[in-house]
Amino acid sequence: MAKLKEVKLKITAVKKTKQITKAMNMVAASKLRGCQTRMEGFRPYATKFAEVLGSLSERAGEEASPLLVPREEVKKVLIVVCTSDRGLCGGFNTNLVEKARVFAKEKAGQGAEVSYVNFGKKGRDWCRKRGLSIVNEYVGIVGAKFDFSIAMVSGQRLIGAFLEGEYDEVYVIYSKFVSMARQTPLVKQLLPIPPVEKAESVEDAPYLPEHICEPSPAELLSEMLPKNVYVQLYNALLETSTSEHAARMAAMDNATKACNDMIGSLTLAYNKARQSTITAELMDIVGGAEALKG
Amino acid sequence: MAENIRLEVVTPEQFVVSEEAQIVVAPGVMGEFGVLPGHTPFLSELKLGTIRYKDAQGVERAVFVSGGFAEALPDKVTVLAESAERRRDIDAERAKIALERAQKRLADAKEDIDYVRARAALERAMQRLKVASTKRAQ
Repeated sequence: MAKLKEVKLKITAVKKTKQITKAMNMVAASKLRGCQTRMEGFRPYATKFAEVLGSLSERAGEEASPLLVPREEVKKVLIVVCTSDRGLCGGFNTNLVEKARVFAKEKAGQGAEVSYVNFGKKGRDWCRKRGLSIVNEYVGIVGAKFDFSIAMVSGQRLIGAFLEGEYDEVYVIYSKFVSMARQTPLVKQLLPIPPVEKAESVEDAPYLPEHICEPSPAELLSEMLPKNVYVQLYNALLETSTSEHAARMAAMDNATKACNDMIGSLTLAYNKARQSTITAELMDIVGGAEALKG
Repeated sequence: MAENIRLEVVTPEQFVVSEEAQIVVAPGVMGEFGVLPGHTPFLSELKLGTIRYKDAQGVERAVFVSGGFAEALPDKVTVLAESAERRRDIDAERAKIALERAQKRLADAKEDIDYVRARAALERAMQRLKVASTKRAQ
């Protein structure tokens, strides 16, 4: 009898867990929709921005801005790690952190000193645990509602520090939202700004690159470049947020399925145990009746 | 030559404006400029101010922009702004409060950085109110 009750309790517990994971799945789904809408809202801006920037940088050349010039010796590297604030999203944060670790190791191997800026609690905790130097941390942004200004504020700080020579290279590690089932951790160079890939401008063949510029192309470019950093950063944050929700959705879906399996096998065990108690009781009664007859 | 030009005002968050216009006037850093259909390719930095345009029906409309870039092509004007608001979306109350706050800050600003930021906030608030107030005049 004791065993029966235990199994019954276990089933109830798993059912409750299932309710939670199911709810979390649905919450993640609705947040994911919000994030995707925002990503779509941002895309026209980002595309246009890249287009104009591409055509300008072709005309202005590298010396237009110190943000474009690679440093000869890379001694100090800053890595901006975007992770989520919360767990329960499968391997999402582990993947990001692993990417950061490998990348930092590579940079350290080249003799650079690595520091971190963290977006998200999980990455911060990882840095703290290892005693890595954290320059700045932003919590409560990834996965929540944030706007462009946060990218601007943090971007300005990065640019300031870069120009003052505190860092020679700045990278951002974020999770690219490929599809519902796939989110890939990526490293992107923020500063110095890497040259714009030519391939993009070929795609937009009908585009007329020869604008009259006001002020000069070089001046325009130097105005636009810092904004490019904000755009990249904002994009990274948006992608990471979307990925987080997608990852959580998948993880919670799996958890719900696992709960279903568990409930199934536990119910089976429960029924078997019940059956055998009944059989035993019947045997007792039959045995008793036989004895009375005798 | 096309009759109208397509005006698109884009911020990182959304499309603020996407419609046909007869004429667009934008606040460039080197002076205001107007764009009519068939304009030569032109790129300009924008300062804080108002984009005015006449829509397809000839109704004058205004959009507040907090600086950014404008690209004019023969049949299209694209404005990339960090923030932009149509006249009807401007929260005049909020702008007023921001204006007062900025004025107060300017009055007792000590550090330079505070001054710069307060000054920028003041200008934004004033410009927003300016855009909002033209509505009543109409």
